[in-house]
Amino acid sequence: MPIVTLTNVSKTYPARAHGDREIVAVDDVTLSIDKGDVFGIIGYSGAGKSTLVRLINALEPATHGTITVDGVDITALKESELRPVRGGIGMIFQQFNLFSSRSVKANIAYPLKLAGWSKPDIEARVTELLSFVGLSDKAKAYPEQLSGGQKQRVGIARALATKPAILLADEATSALDPQTTHEVLDLLKRVNEEQGVTIVVITHEMDVIQTIATRVAVMENGRVIEQGDVFDVFSAPQNPASQRFVGTVVKGVPSPSELAVLRDRHTGRLVTLSFRDGDSSQAQVFLDLASAGLDFELVYGGINDIRGRAFGHLTLAIRGDRAAIDQALARIAERVEVTVIAGEEVR
Amino acid sequence: MDRLNELWPEFWQAALETLYMTSFALVLGGILGLAVGVLLYVTRPGGLMPNRFVSGLINFAVNFFRPIPFVIFMAVAQPFARLVVGSGIGTTAGAFIIGLAAAFAIGRIVEQHLVSVSPGVIEAARAMGAGPWRILFTVAIPESLGPLILGYTFIVVALIDMTAMAGLIGGGGLGAFAQIYGFRQFEPLVMWAAIILIVVFVHLVQLLGTRLARKVMRR
Repeated sequence: MPIVTLTNVSKTYPARAHGDREIVAVDDVTLSIDKGDVFGIIGYSGAGKSTLVRLINALEPATHGTITVDGVDITALKESELRPVRGGIGMIFQQFNLFSSRSVKANIAYPLKLAGWSKPDIEARVTELLSFVGLSDKAKAYPEQLSGGQKQRVGIARALATKPAILLADEATSALDPQTTHEVLDLLKRVNEEQGVTIVVITHEMDVIQTIATRVAVMENGRVIEQGDVFDVFSAPQNPASQRFVGTVVKGVPSPSELAVLRDRHTGRLVTLSFRDGDSSQAQVFLDLASAGLDFELVYGGINDIRGRAFGHLTLAIRGDRAAIDQALARIAERVEVTVIAGEEVR
Repeated sequence: MDRLNELWPEFWQAALETLYMTSFALVLGGILGLAVGVLLYVTRPGGLMPNRFVSGLINFAVNFFRPIPFVIFMAVAQPFARLVVGSGIGTTAGAFIIGLAAAFAIGRIVEQHLVSVSPGVIEAARAMGAGPWRILFTVAIPESLGPLILGYTFIVVALIDMTAMAGLIGGGGLGAFAQIYGFRQFEPLVMWAAIILIVVFVHLVQLLGTRLARKVMRR
């Protein structure tokens, strides 16, 4: 069941000066986000992902196309009608954007006051949220007294206060160190799993997508150039930009310069084997090579795990009789994808 | 010293006039200036309620009146003072005109401090479904309260400065006292007595403002 759908959505900004062209931030994007998904949107800065996420809660109005949230076409709504819709969508930010003049408690209470909750209800909800994010002892502290990770946890508590069905995370971990990033991502995972909140994660870090997303869309120049299941996109990215992103976290096929180094160091035929979902096929492959009497060594690669499913790329240097290698590879190719990246060389 | 002893009643009278003019002008100018500043802030392009016409109009008014030197402004505003407070001369007229002149300056100061509130914080409030007025009163103003208090403190000092010129339209005050009994009658001691009291006033105001600002500032 899609909870958010975008159909042919574009967002253009008028030209800054005469003679300039208008700026297309989001270009004809169609995507749907299912209830319960952790939907990742990845792209370099300027790819349009921050604008895209602001279209979902109508902080920015779309120029073309339709956007439905929970079955309501929000592009047809007036500003005053959008306010309750926004109240049903939580948002967290890279710079946390906490109210510096309010205590932690008052920050979390703010959206509840907006929604017209009664005082005792607010009190109870704030206490509950503080314990959920592990900051019960910081209720009276002010944002300036908190670390980055603590600030973001307050941000998350504040965004979840009114029990929204959707949480938008705009580069929520980009200002945090790796250790804190993982604490925050774990918290988001719990939000998704324990409270069933659909999360849209905007990031330029593939690591973030790998850790929590179930589905991913890759953006470049305002367009979504690839989208799908995170496992599919990670194990077999179709687009050059997606391949670059995947390459930042997945050791796959060696790059040309890495290949040159490998070639220098190892004799024999260099072959990359790509496994998908198969630890058992991997064992079989090594058995096949050994029984063919071939000498091989592992020179490059890695095995990755996405939500319990493994895939990987392993580069081997195989030495032995040419015909025997050909034969063995033909057999192996029935189980895994085989790419010969360099033949034997006479040295 | 003898001359100063004779003048103590006039001296305290003048001190009271300065206090009266400063507080009257602060209340009037403070409220008017807050309104002007808030309007400039909300109607500016990209603001909470962008409105080119209102923004342009107020900007023009502020830029028109603010450069007029205060000594001249006093004369220009006299008919208006007569209309509103019933007289074009005297302490109340002086206070009224000072408040009027200060409103434009205060408006700019208020606008500047509101503009410097982080756009991200405003966006967070919008994302929670807050409307523009709500954002103004529960986010923008509280977030900039510390700097606003410092801005108002700065203005109070400028107001005291302006009261010194109110003598020109019979407003009295310590400035006029220092001029009339000190400067013109060659009584440096009398002049310095007035100066010292003004300095004490300014320091007290600054101390109070700085303390208050520190109390509300959480950054």
